[in-house]
Amino acid sequence: MAGATWREIFPGNVVLTPGSTKGYHTGGWRSLRPVWDNSKCIKCGICYVYCPEGCVSQDEDGYFMADLDYCKGCGICAQECWTGAIEMVEEG
Amino acid sequence: MAKRKRIGMEVALAAAEAVGMCNVDVAAVYPITPQSHIAEHLSELVADGKTDTEYVTVESEHTSMSVCIGASATGARAYTATCSQGLMLMHELLPIASAMRCPIVMSVANRPVNAPLNILSDHSDIMPQRDSGWIVIFSENGQEVVDLTLMAYRIAEDKDIMLPVIIGIDGFILTHMVEPMEFPDQKEIDKFLPPYKPYATLHPDKPLTMGAFAMPDFFPQMMKAKDMALLNSKKTIVKVWDEWERKFGRRYRPVETYRTEGAETILVTMGSMSETAELGVDELRDKGVSVGLVKIRLWRPFPSDELKVAVKDARVLAVMDRAVSPGTGGGPVFTDIKAVFYGEDSRPIIVNYVMGLGGVDVTVGDFVKMGEKAAKAKKEEYEFYGVMG
Repeated sequence: MAGATWREIFPGNVVLTPGSTKGYHTGGWRSLRPVWDNSKCIKCGICYVYCPEGCVSQDEDGYFMADLDYCKGCGICAQECWTGAIEMVEEG
Repeated sequence: MAKRKRIGMEVALAAAEAVGMCNVDVAAVYPITPQSHIAEHLSELVADGKTDTEYVTVESEHTSMSVCIGASATGARAYTATCSQGLMLMHELLPIASAMRCPIVMSVANRPVNAPLNILSDHSDIMPQRDSGWIVIFSENGQEVVDLTLMAYRIAEDKDIMLPVIIGIDGFILTHMVEPMEFPDQKEIDKFLPPYKPYATLHPDKPLTMGAFAMPDFFPQMMKAKDMALLNSKKTIVKVWDEWERKFGRRYRPVETYRTEGAETILVTMGSMSETAELGVDELRDKGVSVGLVKIRLWRPFPSDELKVAVKDARVLAVMDRAVSPGTGGGPVFTDIKAVFYGEDSRPIIVNYVMGLGGVDVTVGDFVKMGEKAAKAKKEEYEFYGVMG
C-alpha cells in the first residue's frame, strides 16, 4: 500500500492483514545495541521479561539475544540484568 | 401519509424515546446537566425492556466515547449523549471515532463551557468540536429532535458516509421544554432504518487493525480521505432527508430560509433561537423593514453552496453567534460565513452579533433590534449584543 492515493486507502484506515507492523523495522532507531556476555548470564530471563519491544528470545542453549530488526536500543535489559551480563555498545 | 397522534413530552425524553426506536445495541451515557434526562430516560427504556440495548454505566464521558468506539468497531450500533465539560472530556476521542469511520450517534444538549461555571445554554461546547470530523446537525424544536435523531443512524451508517453524527439540542431551551410532537410507528422506523451492516468489524475469526499507526507516507492520505468523506456526505444527508419528507412529510435542508424573498437584510441563526427569530422577522416585515431569515441546519459539513444561493440578493447578513471564537474577531459561524464569500465577486456586508451566551434569553424584541441595526450597516461589525460598554 506504500504510495497509495487517498482513494485507495481502505475506509477508516483499516489494516486487513494481521501483524503488518512486522514489516516496520524499528531497529533503525537504535544508537546502542545490547551485547550479552554469556559467561555472566545465569539464564534467568529477566531481559526477556522486561524488553518492551518483545524482541528478546532464548536460544537452544538457554542464552538470550535481541532481534536487531526491532531492538530500539533502550537499554532496559542491561539495566535490569542481575549479573551485569548485558553491555550497551554504541552502533557504529 | 398517516394521520398521527401528537403528544406532549419533554424534548429530552423524546430524544431518548427516539433513540429507543433505533434498535441501538450499545449505549454508554454519563449524565450531565442539561443532558441528564436523556441519559435517565434511555436507561428507563432499557430497564423496562422497551429497547434491547446494552446500557454501559461508565465513570466518565471519556469512557462513554471509548465504549462507543469499541462497540462500533465490533459492528454494534452505538449511542451516547453529553454536553459542555463532558463533551470537552470526550474531545480527544472524537477525531478517532470519525477517522475510524465509526457511525456513532451522539446527542449534545448544548451548554456553555467553564469558566465561569454555567449550566444553561449556548454553543460554546460544540464549537471546539468543529474540526473533529463529525457530522453536526442542529435542531430547532422538539419535533426536529425526534426526526433528526431517527434519521441520524441512516445518515451515519450509509455506506457512502460512515461517519459519526452529533445532533445539537440547545440545553434547557429545548431539552427541558414540553412540546407537542408525533412519532412514527416502530414498524415504519424498522423499515426506514435497517440493521447496521458494518464494512469491517473487529472479530477474532478475521483479525484486522483499526486506527493503526501511520507514518508520513500514509498519514496525509488518511486525513484527505476523512475530509473528503465529510465533504461528500452532504448529498447523501440530503437524500436521506428527502426520503424522510416523502415518508413523514417534514422537510429538512442544510440551509433553511424564512421570508428571504427580496430581503435586503438576512439574519442568520442556528439552533433553537431560529423560531424566535422568525417572529422577529415577521415584526420587522410588518414595520416595513426588508428582512429575512436563514437558518443553518447542517453545521458540518458546512453548507457553503446552499448558503450562497439562500442569501444571493442580500445587502447585509447579520450572523447571530451563540458562542465566541476568542482571538478571531468574531463568532465561529460568522468567521465561517465570511470565508464562504471571500471568493465571490459581489458579497454582502456581514455583521456579527454574539448573543445568548450562558443562557441569556434572546427575545423577539432582541431580533427586531438587531435586524433594524443590521439593516443600516455600512461595514463589517462584531458586537457582543446586550453587553454594556
